[in-house]
Amino acid sequence: MKVEGKRRIWKDYQKEIADDRYFYVRSCVRQNFFPASEKMFFRILKEELGKDIFENAAHTTCSGIGYHSDVVPFETTMTMVARQFALMTESGYQNFTTSCITSFGLYTEILETWHHFPEVEARVRENLKKATGREFDKPSNLSHASDVIYKFRKEIGEKARYRLVNKQTGQPLRCVEHIGCHYSRMFPGKGVGGAEYPYVLAGMIEEWGGEVIDYPERRHCCGFGFRQYLIQANRGYSLSCSKKKFDSMAPYKPDLILTNCPGCPMFLDRWQYTLSEMEGTTYGENGQGIPVLTYEELAGLVLGYDPWDLGLQVHQVPAEPLLDKMGIPYDSNRKFLNRDGQSMGRPKAPSFLKFY
Amino acid sequence: MDPQVIIIGAGIAGLTAAGALAEKGHHVLILEKEAQPGGHVAQWDRLFPSRRPGSEVLDHIRKIMDGRVEIKPGIRINGIIAHDQDFTVLTEEGTSYTGQALLIASGFRLFQAERKEEYGYGIYDNVITSAEVETVFKQGKKLLTSKGTLPQRVALIHCVGSRDEKVGNLYCSKVCCVTGVKQAIEIKEQLPQCEVFSFYMDMRMYDRHFEELYFEAQKQWGVQFIRGRLSECSEAPDQSLIIKTEDTLTGRPLRMIVDLVILLVGFVPEPETGKLVEMLGLSTGEDGFILPSDEHYNDNLTTVPGVFLAGAVKGPATISNTIADARAAALQIDSWLKTKP
Amino acid sequence: MKDFGFTVQLDHSIDYDAKDKRMMRYVLYHEPSLDWCIGCGSCTATCSAGQFTLFNIRMAHTLLRRGETEKLKQELKKCMFCGKCQLTCPRGVNLRNVLLRINRAIELFG
Repeated sequence: MKVEGKRRIWKDYQKEIADDRYFYVRSCVRQNFFPASEKMFFRILKEELGKDIFENAAHTTCSGIGYHSDVVPFETTMTMVARQFALMTESGYQNFTTSCITSFGLYTEILETWHHFPEVEARVRENLKKATGREFDKPSNLSHASDVIYKFRKEIGEKARYRLVNKQTGQPLRCVEHIGCHYSRMFPGKGVGGAEYPYVLAGMIEEWGGEVIDYPERRHCCGFGFRQYLIQANRGYSLSCSKKKFDSMAPYKPDLILTNCPGCPMFLDRWQYTLSEMEGTTYGENGQGIPVLTYEELAGLVLGYDPWDLGLQVHQVPAEPLLDKMGIPYDSNRKFLNRDGQSMGRPKAPSFLKFY
Repeated sequence: MDPQVIIIGAGIAGLTAAGALAEKGHHVLILEKEAQPGGHVAQWDRLFPSRRPGSEVLDHIRKIMDGRVEIKPGIRINGIIAHDQDFTVLTEEGTSYTGQALLIASGFRLFQAERKEEYGYGIYDNVITSAEVETVFKQGKKLLTSKGTLPQRVALIHCVGSRDEKVGNLYCSKVCCVTGVKQAIEIKEQLPQCEVFSFYMDMRMYDRHFEELYFEAQKQWGVQFIRGRLSECSEAPDQSLIIKTEDTLTGRPLRMIVDLVILLVGFVPEPETGKLVEMLGLSTGEDGFILPSDEHYNDNLTTVPGVFLAGAVKGPATISNTIADARAAALQIDSWLKTKP
Repeated sequence: MKDFGFTVQLDHSIDYDAKDKRMMRYVLYHEPSLDWCIGCGSCTATCSAGQFTLFNIRMAHTLLRRGETEKLKQELKKCMFCGKCQLTCPRGVNLRNVLLRINRAIELFG
């Protein structure tokens, strides 16, 4: 592998990412899947980096799930997105940052559509005005929240209390980076590093001391894909996609999987449990599974935040082996306590996947 | 004495035309950007379909021309001034050359394989191009993997940079199919134990003896042809490559581990030629190659009187096509010089 | 093992390296002309069995190459051995012998 070859491609796919004053829009599902991630994004931006980040309580779904499941027509979706832009404009912001990859893809797709078909934009403006009385400016900068963390990876690295290094061996941790399909596959030029060798997560891993592993099925979708997940009987398709990835990455012995999409960490994490219960198969050493993290969780760990404040206890794959490797201390007694220090109850241990 | 004809490019087109013009008694000067004449053919080992050494053809062309034609190597052209009767070519070095006719024979460039990002050229150690295979053969070396081992299985990938809208090249590069078959045979000659697979969309064996070569590859050498374009390539922990294609004859995706991937790179217009096109006000097709004034009757002429074309500046061409085309261009130039007032 | 109401699906792609190539080697050894095939499909177009069943002799050859033994076994049962395929083959592949040899290979390795 010649890394300089990848660097040459990365140079061709650089994007402008605003450096302050972000209008942030949350994901529909991440607060359930990984409850602390979005909160940690605020904490990192405000407390660590001193940035201005704002969200508007009137923000709703972008309708991406409905759009990609063929239940919401594009026309409706565009008008809903126009409304989010109106909220940004009314709040006095110009830099739009999304938590969700599908939202990011959808916003990009809509801005591109309006760029090529100005008459569509005019019609959407008219529809929004008639329906809500609102008007909007298009964002001057559109980024995904992982772009923002990527942009400040060096600053985060400088404040790092822990690095992606195995404390016992001194070796860099072997990290799989998995990009959400809607991040750069539709518009390679809109993602850091493009679509074939995306750099957005690889850049964080490199900066924080880890090693990126390149495995054959790294381009394969996690399997979320909306439609195949919505109906229970179809979920085998989703599961099989994740399994294909695990089987492909297993020989490289990854220490963790880093993701930037709402769906990918959910499915790459939970399906490890499902596969273990269905087939008895576990990945990683000694039935520990391969920990799957969001970029906020990883940044938080590097910055020395408490793993339970980062919500790692809601992962199906235990985080403890990774914390031990990185030399991060944790209090096992606090794992299942809520914010007020009361017990949330202890989940039932899985049959095969290790439980701490 | 000023030359009568200035030829830009000392590849086989320029050299052949120079020889033919010199034989007719014209004073010819060739300007070449590289340090050595011979163009791409000088880098190649054996030629399809007969597998004769490329040097043999080049030597023959040079024999006709040597001693009668002046070649200026290492020339960078930065301007051309067209007068009523002649052309003055200005170089970056500050020299200038004036002639009565100008032949553009500046050829092509090989497609830069790293632009097909998903194939991993320049990233994975065992992804190489057909041009690199020629270099190995020309040096009389064995084809080896990056670790220095003999490859057990090799995949030749057709249409790299050709017939591909994604990289902006809709056209067929014409020579890659037969080059792939030739190299498949040469690999089998050198490494009889090595399995050789060819991944193709169509086998475009259009010229004389091409189909026979294809048949030989199957019949005598057991080269296996799988109809399907390479979609992506990944590296295994041992640096072998995992390739994905559709096996279109079974209608299913196919995955295979190979030790070496050889990309059959196509032709693209030479960027330096683009500057000449601008300087002279010539036109190009959508493929970026220069358009002659008439594709059937005047395919060595341009819309500028006194400016002629030969060889792969007009698009992908085989060596035999190029030689014939260069001779035709020489005839056109000869008659044009004779009828000039 | 738990039942979640869905199952892991088999990978539909052909993993070339995981397949048994003994049948292919056996047939090619005994009938080398099979290597001359260019996949044109004239054999399949004229095939008597192929008019009324899903038998596809061109496909059968590819299945042999890819080591898809189980599918190949099912396919071969449909052949009526009339030999029309061999009459039309532009490359002169001895298809009757190919079919005989595939049947023998199924006995040996299938």
